[in-house]
Formats: sequence, structure tokens, C-alpha cells
Amino acid sequence: MEQVFTVGFLVAVLAAAIAAGSAILFACLGELLAERSGVLNLGVEGMMLIGALAGVAATLGTGNPWLGAGAAILAGAGMASIHALLAVGLKANQVVSGLALTLFGGGLSAFLGQRYVGLPLPASFGREPVPLLADLPLFGPILFRQDPLVYLSYALVPALWFFVYKTRAGLRLRALGERPEAADAMGIDVDRLRASYVVVGGALAGLGGAAISLGTNPGWTEGMTAGRGWIAVALVIFAGWNPARAALGAWLFGGVEAGQFRLQGAGVDISPFFLGMLPYLFTIVVLVLATRPGARHRLGAPAALGLPYQREERG
Amino acid sequence: MRSVSKHFGPTVANDAVDFAASWGEVHALIGENGAGKSTLMSILAGLYRPDAGTLGVAGEPVRFRSPRDAIRHGVGMVYQHFMLVEPFTVAENVLLGARDRGVVLDTRSVEADLSRLGERYGLAVDPRAPVWHLGVGERQRVEVLRLLLLGARILVFDEPTAVLTPQEARSLIATLRALAAEGFCVVFISHKLDEVLAVADRITVMRRGRVAATTTPAETDRRALARMMVGRELAAFVEHPAEEPHETVPAGNVALRVRGLRARGDNGLEALAGVDLEVRAGETLGIAGVAGNGQRELAETIVGLRPTAGGSVHIGGRDLTDKGCSAVARTGVAHIPEDRLATGLVGSLDVSENAILRDYRRPPLARGPFLVGRAVAAFTDRLIHGHDVKTPSRWAKVRTLSGGNQQKLLLARELAGDPAVIVAVHPTRGVDIGATEAIHGSLRAQRCRGAATLLIGEDLDELLALCDRIAVLYEGRVVGELPARGADLERLGLLMAGIQEATASGATAADRPPVVLRG
Repeated sequence: MEQVFTVGFLVAVLAAAIAAGSAILFACLGELLAERSGVLNLGVEGMMLIGALAGVAATLGTGNPWLGAGAAILAGAGMASIHALLAVGLKANQVVSGLALTLFGGGLSAFLGQRYVGLPLPASFGREPVPLLADLPLFGPILFRQDPLVYLSYALVPALWFFVYKTRAGLRLRALGERPEAADAMGIDVDRLRASYVVVGGALAGLGGAAISLGTNPGWTEGMTAGRGWIAVALVIFAGWNPARAALGAWLFGGVEAGQFRLQGAGVDISPFFLGMLPYLFTIVVLVLATRPGARHRLGAPAALGLPYQREERG
Repeated sequence: MRSVSKHFGPTVANDAVDFAASWGEVHALIGENGAGKSTLMSILAGLYRPDAGTLGVAGEPVRFRSPRDAIRHGVGMVYQHFMLVEPFTVAENVLLGARDRGVVLDTRSVEADLSRLGERYGLAVDPRAPVWHLGVGERQRVEVLRLLLLGARILVFDEPTAVLTPQEARSLIATLRALAAEGFCVVFISHKLDEVLAVADRITVMRRGRVAATTTPAETDRRALARMMVGRELAAFVEHPAEEPHETVPAGNVALRVRGLRARGDNGLEALAGVDLEVRAGETLGIAGVAGNGQRELAETIVGLRPTAGGSVHIGGRDLTDKGCSAVARTGVAHIPEDRLATGLVGSLDVSENAILRDYRRPPLARGPFLVGRAVAAFTDRLIHGHDVKTPSRWAKVRTLSGGNQQKLLLARELAGDPAVIVAVHPTRGVDIGATEAIHGSLRAQRCRGAATLLIGEDLDELLALCDRIAVLYEGRVVGELPARGADLERLGLLMAGIQEATASGATAADRPPVVLRG
């Protein structure tokens, strides 16, 4: 046992944690945008699955994983536009619409994905060490010998942080989630902007799916996201709707995932069923805690999260 | 605005209304609740689209499809419920609507603009303070500053003084006059006739969706305005409420005793910080205070809807602290909540179902697990006739009744069992003058019968007219109490602003500068 925890082992686990965490991170950042605008999207898992499948299908067709990632983004955005139509346009219950999309995405991807199961990809995102940075001690192998999508996720975190907190568009985004009527009175088109953020969020979820099917686990298997979408939903709350904290949370869960395989490889006996259950358990616990009376305020949840906006009309 | 009409379902809110206001004037728009004032102004501000009619600004015809269009044409509205994002700072709230301010948040230039404008119009406010830190008066100033910075030349205020202390109201009125003097067009909606007569250059009176008259303060008086508003004479307006005699009922035993009561608000912060109160049978205690100083939490804690964080509630000598609302209700406590459709009535149920919500478990309304239809109908009819609730039938959905009739139904239900204690929160909010009169009458009758009433109000005139004593709540504490008869409005105002050394005489208090509220 002592030999298991060498520096080399830890570096390998951390590198794998970051790789595995990037899928969760993309989805989590997307959900963060949607929730900041006041729309809860529980369809993330379904959007990731559809994205993962679209990524595989497009890569098989074109041989280019970048086109695959593009297809994943479009597929995720397409799924999310259903949510935008139902939950924003038609003011349907956001929870119901989101859950329905997760079920739909799971079923549809399993159905359409039958013929892709087990097919080897002609190309996928491989590790591409960053010159110079990859040679740094410790940090090099952990952070800079990853695939390109992981580097993209690095860039996205500070970019979104700046967007949310330091730009006028970010201010409008936060206002949508806090007080849509105030935004409306200030001449902001609440529904159109909310719908856009839901779609962008879905695009990121789709990309998250591709980060799995074209990156960490190339190829298609049914239900391959294995609850990562749900982790993303819970992480947004856990992170207090802050992109930087979302990154830490995503890598932590990537670590749980990566550690699981390494520990099993090293002969430590943890039931895979127990580990497979963790994402759902975590999501349930976080959602239960987050919906307790008063908790929303303490956690800093957008005040109008989950509430469709309608101009006050009597009738 | 020319022959503007607006319908909400079957209700006609505006019926071919003509309205004009000029540059450089303060134009008051008055009328009963439901007369269509707010609707008309919401159309002007682009929030609603008119079904018919045309709008013109500065001589040019305009069509507003959203508030954005209205602001672009220089029309801005200060709503009764402020349109501010509370976690944002003042500067951020201003930036929210601003154009041409770049991509990156540039709070510094806005802060400078805010200070400049604030000085010019007497609207001082700290641009870096988060809005939730600010008092109501300051928030209102933020709204005005924001509209000015957005380039609004026509400013509409929806009942701007209803939420202010008398001192703040005076300061706001000075600002309105200053704006008009600079050529702005100021329209303000009000129901306070004295204020309207004092401030306005012209007054337009609306009644039932139409313009009843347009006049000037010089040509009219309180009585004439009241008559135009309701179309008939009203007792409440002929006599000044504060001068109305209080019949003295011998004070009975203490019916409601609250000791050291603490509770948290919805945001988890302390809302009640040790409240002591006593109300005797046959006595009405008024609770005054600027909204958000613990009034709602006080009522909810007493009736058992909100857990206490310390202290006790005794009703009729029994300890009912945290015993739950059904235990409190069984003890004979009537509750008229702040938001009648949220916690008082069920809008989607019909009149008779709402009527029995309190007593449906007991005979004669229930026999075992079954409701007795005939008894329910008789009970409902008794409430409807007893309190003059205007409803098409027992089966009308409560949501379709007017606010006044909803409130009368609620009152009828809660007072049906001759409660020993009544906890009423804003009982006449959003209710027309006729229903207000009726509700006041019911509450007076209950007092004479010997009920102990805790009346939480926002309208000082109402509290002065109905109460024996008035306690002022500020930041979750009772900061002062005075007898209602001959109460000093100045002193009440200062207490509401949290200034306790207000024992000075009214004359010196009046000379003080307007009070700045800080949360």
C-alpha cells in the first residue's frame, strides 16, 4: 500500500482529475450561465449525452474531432432551445421541462447511438503538451499535458468570471436572475436574453459531452456521461454561482472519478456501484440542502431562479 | 394621451382617456384604487400596450412597445415597488439601463455623474452602497437619479410618498418642484389629497377608468376632490380622520401579551429584536413604521406562521409561543394577512369554499368527514350579506372579485367567530374608498364588542383614525409608543426614521433637515 502514494502516482491522479473534470466543468459553466439568468436547466445530463453522441457521429463521418466538437455544441444548443421554448417562451415549469429533456436525451441518444456502440474513432483529442509549460515540475505534467478541450476549459473559467462580474452584459445577466422586472423596466428584453443564455448553456453541456466521447473515453457507449450532468447541476449551487469555484468543484469530482480507477488498479477494494452512485447522492443532498427555507439566500442563489417572468397583468 | 383604452379580460381599466401634462409642471393624477391611474401611467411608461388610442411626446406621435421605447423617448417611471436589483450597488443599478457606457463595467464615471446630479436636485445617495443597505427613501432617490441619467424628461411617480416618512416625503416634494422648475414634466399618482393640493400645478381626477375632471389647486378643495373621485360624499373625507372622536371603551384584561419576541426574516437575518407589546380587550394598538422594519414578521410570529427565536406570545393568558397557527386560530385569533391572495384566500377556489376555510372542520359546517352543503351555503350567505361582499354568486372564483370585495370576504370570515384578538396587516391596502370605509367600520365595531386589535398599517391617517395607541417599529424594535389621540405626526415620523430622542416639541422637530434612512 505505501508504494501506491508516490509523487508520480499523485501527479497521475491529479492530471486525470483535471482531464475528467473538464467535461463536468463545461456543463457546469453552461448551467451557471442559465441559472444566473434565472432559468434552472435540469436537462444538462440529456444535453451532454446528445452532445457526446453528436460528437462521435460527426467525428466518424468527417474524421475531424474539431468538427465533432462543433456538432456536439450544436446538438447541445438544439436540445437547450427546446428548454428555452418551453420554460422561457411558454413559461412552463422549468423543473418538469428540464427533467423531461434529460429523459428524452438519454433515450434518444441510446436509440440513435446503437450503431455507433464500440466503433473506434478515426481521430480524437489526444494529449498535446504545451511547449515550455509542460516541462514545469509538478504543474507541467498535471496541467499542461492535456488535450485541447481541457485547455479550452482553462480559458473559459477566467473569461466567464470576467464576463459575469466585470462587464455590462454580465451585469444584465445577473439582473435577469435577481430581479427580472427591474431588468424589464430598464428596457432589457428578459425572455430573449434568458433564452439565449439557456441555449449557450446547452451548447456548453454538449461540449462537455464531447469532452468525454472525444477526449477522456473516446467512442460511444450508452449512458456514458454517467451522472456527470447531475453533478454539474449540483456543483453550480455548491460553487455559489461563481465560475472560479465551479472549476475547483469540477476538478474535485474529476479527482473522485480518476481516483476510483487508480485505486482499483492499485488493488484497493471499493465497490464500483458505490462510486457510481455518488453523483446522484451528491446531487440529491446538495439540492435538498439548497432548497431548505432560507438556504437560497445564504447560498447567494439568484433570487428569481426557477421563476418564469411575466409582466404583471391583472386578469 | 388621446382616447386611450385598456382592458384586462372583462375589466375596463381605461376607457377612452385623454390626458395631457406640460413641460415644467407637476401634474397630480388622483382617483380611487381601480380608477385606472396606474394602468394609464403604465401605458405611458411602455409597460402595457393600449388596446386603443394614441400617445404623443413633445408633439410627436409615439408607439411604445416596451419600457425601452418609452425611456428612449424620455419617459421614465418610478414604480411603487422599486425596480432595483437589491444585491447590486447604486452605480450598478444605474448602469443596468444605461447605453453607451462601454462593454466593461465602468462604475467610476457613473459614480461621478450620480454625485453631480444628486447635488443638483437634492438627491444625495452613496453610489457605492448596495441597494439592500438603503432605506426606502434612498432607494427612491436612486430610481429618480437613474431616470435622470437615462435622459428622461417626463417623470412619472406611482404613489411616491406612500412609503415615506413625513420628513422624507417633504424632501421628495421639494425635488419634484425643483425638477418642474427646470422644465421637466412631473406626473405623480397619489391618493393623499392634502399633498396633491399642496404640490400640484394641475390635478386630474380619474373615476372608473375615465377622467372625471382636470382642475387646479386654486379652484378646488379636499371635499370637492373627494367627491369627484368617488362620485358621492364620504364621511371619512368630510371629517379629518385625526379629529374623529374616539369613543372610550373601558379597557379590559390583557388579551395579547408579547414579551421579548425575536424572529428571523426570510433572509435569515434578525427581523424582530425583542418586541414587547400588550393589547387589552376593547383596545386597538397600531403598529407604525417604514415597511420592512419587522411588521410582517411580528404578525406572522404572533399568529404562529413563523417560528420565534426567543420571547413569548400569550393570548388570553395562555402561552401560545410556537404552538402553530391552527392552535392560535382555535384560541380565537383572527388574522388579516398582508397579502390576501397569498396567505388569506385561495384565488382559484370559489367564495363559499373560501368562506369556510377557517371553520370547515367544525359543526355545523362539517359532520364527521363530510361537509354539510346547506350549512355551508347558509354560512356563506351570512358572511356575504353581513359584510356587503359584492359577488355574482357563491360559486364565483375569489380571484375574479375586486380587491375590496376579496378583503371584505376575508374580514367576514376571520371576524365570524367573534375573535378575542385580531391581528390585521394593512387591511385596506389596494382597496377602494368604499370598501375601506366598510372595513374601518367592521374593525371599529369589533373594538366596541371588546376585541383586542393589533393593527399594522402603513397609512398614518388610518392608524390615527382607528387606534387607541400607536407603537412605532424600527429595525425590529418598538422604539416608541404614543396615544393616537392628538398624536404628533412629526414625532411619529422621527420615530419611524429611528430617531428616538424625538421627545423635543413638534416645532423644533419640524425644523430639522430631512431624515436619511440607513438600514
